[in-house]
Amino acid sequence: MKPAPLEYERPSDMADAIRLLGSSENAKLIAGGQSLGPMLNLRVATPDLLIDISRIKELHRIEDKADEITIGAGLRHADFEDGRVPSPVEGLFPRIAAGIAYRAVRNRGTVGGSLAHADPAADWPAVMIALGAILTVRGASGTRSVAVSELATGALETCLEQDEIIESIRIRRHGKKTKVGRYKVNKKPGDFAEAAAIVVSDLEAGETRLVISGGRIMPEILPRTAAVIAARMHGKTDDLESVVETELSSRELSSYEHGLFRASILRAAKEVLGG
Amino acid sequence: MKTVSLIVNDKPYTATVQERTSLADFVRQDCLLTGTHVGCEHGMCGACTVLMDGDPVRSCLTLAVAAEGRSIRTVEGYDGDKAMTVLRRCFSEFHALQCGFCTPGMLATAYDIITRLPHADRAQIKYELSGNICRCTGYLGIVDAIEEALKRVHGR
Repeated sequence: MKPAPLEYERPSDMADAIRLLGSSENAKLIAGGQSLGPMLNLRVATPDLLIDISRIKELHRIEDKADEITIGAGLRHADFEDGRVPSPVEGLFPRIAAGIAYRAVRNRGTVGGSLAHADPAADWPAVMIALGAILTVRGASGTRSVAVSELATGALETCLEQDEIIESIRIRRHGKKTKVGRYKVNKKPGDFAEAAAIVVSDLEAGETRLVISGGRIMPEILPRTAAVIAARMHGKTDDLESVVETELSSRELSSYEHGLFRASILRAAKEVLGG
Repeated sequence: MKTVSLIVNDKPYTATVQERTSLADFVRQDCLLTGTHVGCEHGMCGACTVLMDGDPVRSCLTLAVAAEGRSIRTVEGYDGDKAMTVLRRCFSEFHALQCGFCTPGMLATAYDIITRLPHADRAQIKYELSGNICRCTGYLGIVDAIEEALKRVHGR
């Protein structure tokens, strides 16, 4: 239960971090260490070099503009829980963050780490997708933008190149009347989700998004169910249960998973519809 | 190997360690403070919880070299602290420990609850304790102890 031998460097800026990433075939970034730490201890991950980016100032900045919020990837879950990070939808960030693991983990774990690790059952990826968030990613050849919905390519896999670091997350400030519904299924507080559904409905902007995630299921947008929720918010009587059945049946879920996801979606939708 | 300097229980420590050494193993083996316990080594059980710059962290998931310059407080480091004195008394009165293996981590988390969440009710105490596992007590005594400590520390 101890890591394999490794080297450790702690760069003080992004340029240095990127240079270090380029210097080794088998280097891993470490920020909060709450996902990578267990993997190191279990020797599921055996990098030759750990690059500690947790003290790089550029990764901790917060920009709060009228129409957009920019969040440094190095901000900790506790920063979100305690309200130190402006929330694009009022109350959403503290609510989501408070459900991530335990306070001792939240004091170290980072939002960038959660996104880069791409665990299907994690909290931030689905929420950031539902918010339409866009990442600024920096590598040896410069910066580029990546929509969070495009980031994960599979469980624990992303489209990031070997030399790239998530620098910040940009989120549109949503309309004041935006409604959120969220339901997470787990056996005890703080556990990863077996199933989760989040609905973010900004009727002023004409955007309603529904994202499911959890267990082995990568975050997925359910556009048809989202459209029915939006319609119902406008007073129409489109049937919710049947579109949920249709969108879930096209995925290969066990009957147990199907039941959990169905319940999560319906409960999240109920919260948004004010039922 | 790397040389690391940090403060543990208000005392400076410098040691040369393997980079892969956890903070838990550092305080236990280099500082000879064995009150911090190692359980699951993957962040779930909470036995290794210590304070770093005043905030609870998992010492099993923190590299010693990553804690350079930080101020660490282990269970041995609270003498004279009023809130911890009350907490220890309540743990004793309410049978919040048996074998004591989870206790240092429980105390770190409980200390954080009492100081950060002075208005925590029973439900919130239970929620905040979900990251500390106890195999002996069944938890009720621990919740009772913290509930009472909150009252005594915050004068209710």
